[in-house]
Amino acid sequence: MSNIQDILKERILVLDGAMGTMLQRYKFTEEDFRGERFKDWKSPLQGNNDLLSLTQPKAIAEVHRKYFEAGADIVETNTFSGTTIAMADYGMEELVYDLNFESARIAKEVANEFTKREPHKPRFVAGSIGPTNKTASMSPDVNDPGYRAVSFDELRLAYKQQVEALLDGGSDLLLVETIFDTLNAKAALFAIEEVKEERGVELPIMVSGTITDASGRTLSGQTAEAFLISISHIPILSVGFNCALGANQLVPHLEVISAKTGHAVSAHPNAGLPNAFGEYDETPQQMAEQIKEYVEKGLVNIVGGCCGTTPEHIKAIADLVKQFTPRGIKDKN
Amino acid sequence: MKKSNLRFLKLSGLEPLIITPESNFVNVGERTNVAGSKKFLRLIKEENFEEALDVARNQVEGGAQIIDINMDDGLIDGKEAMVRYLNLVIAEPDIARVPIMIDSSKWDIIEAGLQVVQGKCVVNSISLKEGEAEFKHHAKLIKRYGAAVIVMAFDEVGQADNYERRIEIAKRSYDILVNDVGFPPEDIIFDLNIFPVATGMDEHKLNALDFINATKWVKENLPHCSVSGGVSNVSFSFRGNNPVREAMHSVFLYHAIKAGMNMGIVNPTMLEIYDDIPKDLLERVEDVVLNRRDDATERLLDFAETVVGKAKESKVDLSWREEPLQNRITRALVKGIDQYVEEDVEEARQSVDKPIEVIEGHLMTGMNVVGDLFGSGKMFLPQVVKSARVMKKAVAYLLPFIEEEKLKNPQIEDKGNGKILMATVKGDVHDIGKNIVSVVLACNNYEIVDMGVMVPPEKIINRAIEENVDVIGLSGLITPSLDEMVFLAKEMERQNFKVPLLIGGATTSKAHTAVKIDTQYSNAVVHVNDASRAVTVVGDLLQEESSEGYKSGIKLEYEEFRTKFLKRTKKKAYKTIQAARENKFKIDWLGAEIKKPNALGSHVIEDLDLKKLVDFIDWSPFFRSWDLHGKYPAILEDQVVGEQAKELFKDANEMLQKVLDERLLKAKAIFGLFPANTINHDDVEVSLVDENRDKETFIFRTLRQQLQRKEGVSDYALADFIAPKNSGIQDYVGCFCVSTGFGTADLAAKYEKELDDYSSIMIKAIADRLAEAFAEYLHKEVRVKHWGYAGKETLNNEELIKEAYKGIRPAPGYPACPDHLEKLTIWELLKVEERIGVKLTDGLAMWPAASVSGYYFGNEKARYFGLGKIKEDQVQDYADRKGISLEKAMKWLAPNIADD
Repeated sequence: MSNIQDILKERILVLDGAMGTMLQRYKFTEEDFRGERFKDWKSPLQGNNDLLSLTQPKAIAEVHRKYFEAGADIVETNTFSGTTIAMADYGMEELVYDLNFESARIAKEVANEFTKREPHKPRFVAGSIGPTNKTASMSPDVNDPGYRAVSFDELRLAYKQQVEALLDGGSDLLLVETIFDTLNAKAALFAIEEVKEERGVELPIMVSGTITDASGRTLSGQTAEAFLISISHIPILSVGFNCALGANQLVPHLEVISAKTGHAVSAHPNAGLPNAFGEYDETPQQMAEQIKEYVEKGLVNIVGGCCGTTPEHIKAIADLVKQFTPRGIKDKN
Repeated sequence: MKKSNLRFLKLSGLEPLIITPESNFVNVGERTNVAGSKKFLRLIKEENFEEALDVARNQVEGGAQIIDINMDDGLIDGKEAMVRYLNLVIAEPDIARVPIMIDSSKWDIIEAGLQVVQGKCVVNSISLKEGEAEFKHHAKLIKRYGAAVIVMAFDEVGQADNYERRIEIAKRSYDILVNDVGFPPEDIIFDLNIFPVATGMDEHKLNALDFINATKWVKENLPHCSVSGGVSNVSFSFRGNNPVREAMHSVFLYHAIKAGMNMGIVNPTMLEIYDDIPKDLLERVEDVVLNRRDDATERLLDFAETVVGKAKESKVDLSWREEPLQNRITRALVKGIDQYVEEDVEEARQSVDKPIEVIEGHLMTGMNVVGDLFGSGKMFLPQVVKSARVMKKAVAYLLPFIEEEKLKNPQIEDKGNGKILMATVKGDVHDIGKNIVSVVLACNNYEIVDMGVMVPPEKIINRAIEENVDVIGLSGLITPSLDEMVFLAKEMERQNFKVPLLIGGATTSKAHTAVKIDTQYSNAVVHVNDASRAVTVVGDLLQEESSEGYKSGIKLEYEEFRTKFLKRTKKKAYKTIQAARENKFKIDWLGAEIKKPNALGSHVIEDLDLKKLVDFIDWSPFFRSWDLHGKYPAILEDQVVGEQAKELFKDANEMLQKVLDERLLKAKAIFGLFPANTINHDDVEVSLVDENRDKETFIFRTLRQQLQRKEGVSDYALADFIAPKNSGIQDYVGCFCVSTGFGTADLAAKYEKELDDYSSIMIKAIADRLAEAFAEYLHKEVRVKHWGYAGKETLNNEELIKEAYKGIRPAPGYPACPDHLEKLTIWELLKVEERIGVKLTDGLAMWPAASVSGYYFGNEKARYFGLGKIKEDQVQDYADRKGISLEKAMKWLAPNIADD
């Protein structure tokens, strides 16, 4: 397979869009979520999207296929919550390996179909590593700011397990994303380094933070540049932002990152900000229009979508970025 | 995009800090360091994290670009304190915006710190001291945690102290980090060791220049790295002379920054602007710093005297003598000037009807000012003790007049604030702290019944009844004293005492008081470890309006503290003694270097010249005994207590000089070096074959750690540092006792008679320091001469204090071997009492108090450790080995036995 580092120098790569938004279209019921395997599970399972890789694998493959068809170079595995920490809500800690392995395997199978068909445009699978539902450097208890609900080591072990399974299942790269607490991400990166060392492999790693609001900072309080410095100790493929904001609001933060890093820069914003009903209503054309600013300014190397985005959005973005050259990348920081 | 050949040190808190060649010198804030700030240490000890956060906040507001956080203190659980404090710091955006320097000599504390900080930190520090393997391992982890690192110029051989060694170690460290570990060179910060110049010793002449040149070499030859250091070290020899020190700092920094030093710790108030340094001073300081002429030091010294002379002249300002009487009396008390007090008191006496009114009026007015200043932290303990001296002189002067008055009017009864019994408990001889508290209370018009040291409980009880005292204060320094206090509390309960009980002394703690003592006595028990608190506590206890409320409040507070303490004490897991033995610390005895001592057998030093000990004195504990906290010599420049520390240091040196000149104290020692081997895991068999004694072998019993620890960490006992008998290798061990206490008691009594408590306490504190210095001196003599395994060792005092040498001298009663009973074996083995006259009390304290005893272990792997808690299986085993009852073993080891 062609080297993703080399391809990044030639063109802007397109990442897929939202998985959750697409799965909503299937209107799966509690029974669908459970499937045969978990029909007697003790807790309700509806909403556990990661589980669908085991119970509705065809739907997952179909979503991946749609994104590849739309022009995505990279799809993310359906593993955003695939850690023992996040799965504890469903009592499914034991299933973490299976979930990640299967999700990666499904995505890889679809990617291989497309690569075979279009060898000039190889397709990649990024193992998606979410932030978990706990923060390592913030207290959930306002009365006890020194309290922490999760420790670095707990996160490191949970991430390590996820990473092992994602790689075993065939992920080509790893995407540590939606980072609202940099310390969580550092634990994930620490775990990845351990796995790399133990297996004696090198791996492309994408790191993507989340700027939560107009303050321009992560939830844990860091500015874009402080965030960048805090994760730069690991050899990474790209750094960027996703989620929380629409493409428009991300521009100033991408400008900072783009100016300060020698790595590739990624962005996968939401389809605008949610409306009064919590829906994302930015159209593919509107979103592509805004992304045009990224590429015209030469801010990004990888671009895609997060919440509310669909294959139509990705197609609009893919069609757009074809016409532009990527931002220059240095090999070293 | 940047030019690719430049790589900058980038750090982050919530905000970035990027250090470029254009950046100004980066100043690191170090007030959040328990070793450097008395206040911070106290706040952490008291778990007053809110105020401790203010310390950090003030630094950041004051312009610190990085804050150094250090929790290395023997009395703190450093790891827990580091994590807790960092977690709170992270929650304060106005502090957490700057990067954090995680400072510890212990790797587990550093790692715990790295695990709770999201930003890119600096680790302070690592070095090649423990060899390449550990250095690489730590560097790799630091890289993986995403931090920059300070590398000390220190290797297996020792600390770099010249140009060649500095660059040799820096180059080697750099090559390992960059080539073997893949550490980003821009994340390396070298601390190239700033040492003092102008010390009068030829080998120190190049200290500053070597640093500067080494900095230049490092910046030119080791691309992208930074250079840092603690600047005030350079001017230590001029402490007390700020104009010269400030000039030295500026000159040093001027040249060091030009050479490439780009960050460090500098007290901004101790810095003169380079261009403002007077030309003549500048020339002389540069001569010294850059070693430009052979007589540079002498010339600067001469010049410095003129600077100091000027400062002194302006100090002797007698204009206050023109002020009104009360002002003069108050000033004499506040400043501790006894020179004019009698004439002022006489003037006061003539202005009132009855002489007692001078005490109740003039003197108490003055003492109230002292009390207020002390209470608000504007005066320090040594000053208060000096105030007391003035007060005592004034009262002594008035006493005959008062007696006369009483004869005339016998109905007048002078009623003080209350009567307080003070005693150091049975078996313990330490009384410096107790005396300080007594003096401070006496100044506040309490009558003190001081029963001295080694006071048996029945005597305390009887005297308390006899004198009808209002408060009983107990003090002790050694661990067995804790049991004595518990016993006395029980006895007070049994005899229906109602008076409050105060507990103080170095081994006591609020936790022990709350858990073990408060539960024995139904009336108030208060832990007062700080003379400054004694006055308010006693006031609250005895003032009628506040008394009841305060007492029930304190009872409740201790109950809550107890519950919290017992709850937060984490359930710890322990190994069986068998399992711990299987995991003992293993030395490769076949490869070990064992030196047969040059002088086997025991040896007495009859009367050592005390002057030899002066260079070995560790002054930091001396300041601590006066409630001034901080490391010497930095304490002399401390923003809060610096001035007072200087004053105290001056007085101490005067006293020390007197002791040396007049040979007031006698230093004696005995030590022995013997063939020895470990038997049955934990016992060390000492053989006296050559000693011509009835008994041919003695056995040191050692205790082994049992707390469940991380995989790969050994469970230590001192016996692990001696080759086992079955290895067939002959090993050796030593033991010793030194004392500089002969003469102390007489001197102290003499001063007390002269109403000079200040000097009485001072002589004891100095004797204690000399004893420790003697132990350090003798250890060195043993290492390089008598045992001789460290023939070429050259260490300065700072390094001695840091224990940078090979081999250890643990003392029974201290963390590695907490059993005081082992002193009996040393005493019997060396015939200590017969040969040098140092006795053991019932509580196994040494008398005279200024004595130190212990073992010598010479193996290079030997290190200090804390035994921690042990389980009953080991206590039983220990009792069996020692041939004592389980009950006796339980009693003596009580503080180390884990609760179930």
